[in-house]
Amino acid sequence: MADDRRGEPIGASPPVRELLSAADVTRTVARIAHQIIEKTAGSADVVLIGIPTRGTVLARRLAAAIAEFAGSAPPAGAVDPTLYRDDLRRRPARALEDTAVPDGGLDDALVVLVDDVLMSGRTVRAALDALSDHGRPRAVQLAVLVDRGHRELPIRADYVGKNVPTARDEQILVLLTEIDGSDGVRIRRAPTGAEGDA
Amino acid sequence: MKHLLSVSDLDATAATGLLDTADRLKQALLGREVRKLPTLRGRTVITMFYESSTRTRVSFEIAGKWMSADTVNISASGSSVSKGESLRDTALTLSAMGADCVIVRHPASGAAHRIAGWADRDRASTGTHTSIVNAGDGAHEHPTQALLDAATLRDRFGSIAGRRVGIVGDVLHSRVARSNVFLLATLGAEVVLVAPPTLLPVGVAQWPCRVSPELDAELPALDAVMMLRVQAERMHGSFFPSAREYAVGYGLSADRAALLPDHAVVLHPGPMMRGMEIAPGVADSSASAILAQVANGVHVRMAVLYHLLAGAPE
Repeated sequence: MADDRRGEPIGASPPVRELLSAADVTRTVARIAHQIIEKTAGSADVVLIGIPTRGTVLARRLAAAIAEFAGSAPPAGAVDPTLYRDDLRRRPARALEDTAVPDGGLDDALVVLVDDVLMSGRTVRAALDALSDHGRPRAVQLAVLVDRGHRELPIRADYVGKNVPTARDEQILVLLTEIDGSDGVRIRRAPTGAEGDA
Repeated sequence: MKHLLSVSDLDATAATGLLDTADRLKQALLGREVRKLPTLRGRTVITMFYESSTRTRVSFEIAGKWMSADTVNISASGSSVSKGESLRDTALTLSAMGADCVIVRHPASGAAHRIAGWADRDRASTGTHTSIVNAGDGAHEHPTQALLDAATLRDRFGSIAGRRVGIVGDVLHSRVARSNVFLLATLGAEVVLVAPPTLLPVGVAQWPCRVSPELDAELPALDAVMMLRVQAERMHGSFFPSAREYAVGYGLSADRAALLPDHAVVLHPGPMMRGMEIAPGVADSSASAILAQVANGVHVRMAVLYHLLAGAPE
């Protein structure tokens, strides 16, 4: 795991670096919305399901953007994958997040799962299992704001806002106004030992 | 959280955390055809009941099953307890069989504490880290009942802080009353106990609540009234002249229920003695949340099992 470049003394990158500005985040969400419209050919059965907490916010924003560009908003909801995680026993019991499946349900819908950061793929795996307990979508696609690599499962996103090559111990911070007061994506060198779980 | 033995194990943050988890579990299962979560796959939950029970035992069993735990029920009759096995030996036997959680109901106050102590001390010999949940010990505590009552009040009112809750009846023999007084006080509610003086425990003056002998005077200012069952099986003496007289003085009749504010909710931990502490019409009225209590019981018990068993062992 030793990566000596990250110990460099002179001209070292600051501990927190901006990857996407607020305007970039807005543009990226708009671009993903356009891609969803294009790839789903405007079908009426699209349902956006966010993975809490920031995925839920992004799903709502994508729904609003799709409404703006295509005329009608797809239903947006949330599914908390925590109860389906494979690493529950590795740390103290986690707090659960909101689950809100839109009224029409997920049967035969084209579900687009939405998350902020894609890393190991384990959260998405858990979310897929949770989805299948809520119904049987006709297809599931995945949209993420940032793909930072380090996949541990054969999972790939259909819509990616930005691909960011990262070191394992770096952290991606996604800030969204609804939760954090402002928009932006930053990268931070994590204290040793800490590891993202997205 | 290693065991759940008493509501005093819970501060406001921990109690609110459990209630939030219960809410989220309810959301996660809402409207689903398949009420099954994989969360506790491979964990073993044993209910060990030395007293009869319908809702507590069944709701713990359902809670475990909905989260994919393997649940086993044993009762005193039909087990080696009837051959004379001691509580300690029975409990350690279950632990040695690999029980990750033992849910205990026992007529003796403090039984769950004793078992938790034995399970911790003999962990090396049993080879299992067993969590103990108190599902009612004598006249002492019934923490999951208090949690489900709090969940029901929170559903109705949004929050518990500042609400005034009356607890009426046989406080002396009631573990439900004791757990509720302390939990509701922890969550910021104002609790009023209403009972005949013969059915109040010694030391009630030190509890975080007010005591009143007059039900009619309290009803108009209550947000919720919790009627307690008169526990005839624990009464070895005369605590009131007759059932009729008790019903007249402390039963929630239709006339009395009319004194409650419109928004007030009527609770009862069950089983109800209709006509004794609560009139049938009141129990079935729109103010009654008695069946909501039962439904919340499953989610609250799922939350307890989740907090005890889902994470890394402490």
